[in-house]
Amino acid sequence: MNHLLTTEGLERETLENLLTDADEFAEVLTRPIPKVPALRGKTVATMFFEPSTRTRMSFEKAAKALSADTMSFSPGTSSLSKGESLKDTALTVHAMGVDLMVVRHGATGTPWRLAEWLDIPIVNGGDGAHQHPTQALLDCLTIKQRFGSLDGLEIAIVGDIKHSRVARSDMFAMATLGANVTLVAPPTLLPVDTTRWPAATSTDLDAVMEKMDVVYLLRVQTERGGGSVFPSLPEYTNRYGMTSARFARLKPDAVVMHPGPMNRGVEIGHDVADYERALVLQQVTNGVAARMAVLFALLGGDSDV
Amino acid sequence: MFDIVISGGSVLTRTGIEQIDVGIADGFIAALGSGLEGSEMIDASGAWVGPGLVDLHTHLREPGEEWKEDIATGTAAAAAGGYTAVVAMPNTVPAIDNAQIAFYVSERARRIGYADVFPAGAITMGRLGEHMAHIDELWDAGVRIFTDDGTSLDNAAVLRLAMDYIANLGGVVAQHAVDSTLSAHGCMHEGTVSSRLGMYGIPSEAEEIVIARDLALVRLTGVRYHVQHVSTARGVELVAAAKADGLPVTCEVTPHHLTFDHNDVETTDPDFKMMPPLRSETDREALREGVRDGVIDIVATDHAPHAAREKEVPFEHAPNGVTGLEWAASVAVETIGDDMARFFEALSMTPASIGQIPAHGLALAADQPAHLVVFDPVAEWTPETTRSRSRNAPYLGTQRTGSVRATLLSGKITYEAGS
Amino acid sequence: MRQVMDGDDLTRVTRRIAHEIVERNHGLDATVLLGIPTRGRPFADRLASALSEIEGKAVIAGSLDIGMYRDDIDTRPRTRIGPTDIPEDLDGKTVVLADDVLFTGRTIRAALDALADLGRPAAVQLAVVVDRGHRELPIRADYVGKNIPTSLEEHVSVRFREIDGDDGVWIGKEAAS
Repeated sequence: MNHLLTTEGLERETLENLLTDADEFAEVLTRPIPKVPALRGKTVATMFFEPSTRTRMSFEKAAKALSADTMSFSPGTSSLSKGESLKDTALTVHAMGVDLMVVRHGATGTPWRLAEWLDIPIVNGGDGAHQHPTQALLDCLTIKQRFGSLDGLEIAIVGDIKHSRVARSDMFAMATLGANVTLVAPPTLLPVDTTRWPAATSTDLDAVMEKMDVVYLLRVQTERGGGSVFPSLPEYTNRYGMTSARFARLKPDAVVMHPGPMNRGVEIGHDVADYERALVLQQVTNGVAARMAVLFALLGGDSDV
Repeated sequence: MFDIVISGGSVLTRTGIEQIDVGIADGFIAALGSGLEGSEMIDASGAWVGPGLVDLHTHLREPGEEWKEDIATGTAAAAAGGYTAVVAMPNTVPAIDNAQIAFYVSERARRIGYADVFPAGAITMGRLGEHMAHIDELWDAGVRIFTDDGTSLDNAAVLRLAMDYIANLGGVVAQHAVDSTLSAHGCMHEGTVSSRLGMYGIPSEAEEIVIARDLALVRLTGVRYHVQHVSTARGVELVAAAKADGLPVTCEVTPHHLTFDHNDVETTDPDFKMMPPLRSETDREALREGVRDGVIDIVATDHAPHAAREKEVPFEHAPNGVTGLEWAASVAVETIGDDMARFFEALSMTPASIGQIPAHGLALAADQPAHLVVFDPVAEWTPETTRSRSRNAPYLGTQRTGSVRATLLSGKITYEAGS
Repeated sequence: MRQVMDGDDLTRVTRRIAHEIVERNHGLDATVLLGIPTRGRPFADRLASALSEIEGKAVIAGSLDIGMYRDDIDTRPRTRIGPTDIPEDLDGKTVVLADDVLFTGRTIRAALDALADLGRPAAVQLAVVVDRGHRELPIRADYVGKNIPTSLEEHVSVRFREIDGDDGVWIGKEAAS
């Protein structure tokens, strides 16, 4: 593995090795001194062209827990559009001495461009509505810790599938690890063509949710979509929200997940997020461990992962 | 003794394809015959000799965006691609919506001398889709094709009135047929690839809807109507049906829509970003078939240069367009095969007739201006360099079949392979 | 490959080292046994069962992976990260590290770094099956199964049934497959 750009096409063994490592790094994070010298002397740059404080913090915590130095680049909204090209920006930051870049960008494919221009490992920290592979890893780690394995699990990903890089990344990773994934969304928020996707689709949450082991709720992104994609938020909640009433109908050991930030009262009931079977905070904790595993796999010597 | 003799080629003459020599003197074809002697000889053995190619869809970028291309570099690329005449799109800065700019473009090209440039005029002022451009003035300046290319003229009422006006003059309305509401945010074909990449798609219907509506207005106004860069199978069907109905309709396809499809966008390489977008495999096959059977009248390049720094950005932020002048003939021959007559019809004669371009696109005969191309239909080559100022072409570095040996404008060699 | 110890030899030296640990530490009350993955781990487990027999009570070994502490991360192919499993609080305890082969000492240096991050043991001791010499750091073993002088070109392979299918120690010019 030279880069981590997408979960699509990742071998099952690669995913499992990363998850096994992530589990060990999760242990490191519980130590009195939650830090190991594995990447001492390495520099990780976070290039977040799209603001995301939490994902950046998670990557920086992961790098620091491995004793790497971190640098962060965040363009002002205006300097990005015109003037210096993305390529020049990337070359400039690279020239400062960077061993790995984490790239988040609002446009699909940006991490691939950087991987083409630079000779260092690139981690996709989220590109457009395309991929967010470390989110998939942390989600799979969370599920694996809960259920032991993803094999044969029924997982529903619910919400704005069409504009969700989380849905795309998680679906491929979960399916590769043996889960049966169902994408649930209003018809306007399902991608137009999912025929080659390793997932079923449904527009009816109530019809599919009772067999689910995991219900993964996506944030309702009212800022995307460009127009009115469903009639109103209450109508969305009525059909697709994980209300406490719906939660009560889930299998007794089923869990609820959410990538954050949550819209309580919209896609997830006001109190549902606080239930023991809502794994939202565990996901956040695992985010650091999963990203440590990725950084270590890409920078920790000749990688066999 | 002629100035130049093109010898040993298959020559497209008014009476058919003949194995003869072409003798050129004083910028004109002086003789067609055997054993001609010239002070300069061009070896055309194994090659096709025909009228210089005519491109109905070129973006020369001058005035206003000379960092992408200018009339000198653009027409140099045209000459290298076998073209002797190009129609310059009016989406310059400012737009070609008045006679002064049209004069500037054609006159500057004349002084440079690589190719004759016939500007297309905007239909509306500033291509804003609101007020009629100086259509009369443009007509008097020699403009015959009117288009707001770069954007679709969405407002049916504005279009209808412009059609009425242009029909009366005898001009052509050419449409960049992409519905702007369905294509909003979109940057590639809507389908399986856009779904996987999470990019906003442009459905095929964005093209169909505009063509279908425009055809209704053509029926109403009787204007000559030309569909630019048709990209979908249904778009071709609509044109075919309109032709069968006897409407004065023609259409063009670009080389890139014949070569690539939306699967190439999986690379997210911005060189594959263009408008209309690369469609499905099925669409591409329908376009290739359309060129072969003539439902698609012509191949036009939509040569759209952009500077490297403009394309060194994420796909979604990149401008639309690829360059095409230098490999369009190769793509055409790859599509059409060894049908020499169809090749020249699609790349020279029909474009000249649609664009009402004088002295170009004529089967060879004595006493007409020597606007000629010598094209080897089987030579294999790999484009590595370009005479265009820009390099935004996924064709660079790929092997092609069919290459230009020489191009002559008024008897002057504007391009010769290997020199 | 030349066999220098068989399974019985391995059992004998494990028992002997277990006795030495008990003797030196006056029992096991304040002792924690940690194996260094990969093959320090089965060695630690076997020491633990020998110690259980001697002391008449259950002794559990933990493991301490040093993959995140190596100083040669850029120059060697990466091995997979092994588990770190510390069975009890290390503060004030005597930690006995168990590994299969003592060579340059760099693994033990990394293990000492790792231990420092995990707590503050009162003392750290080292038990190895084989000491093959060629130290690059001032590190020595407290308990040695067998001293085997080697050349740098040689490879020492300690094999455990749990991992390798058989028990014993081999020496040769190439790695055992």
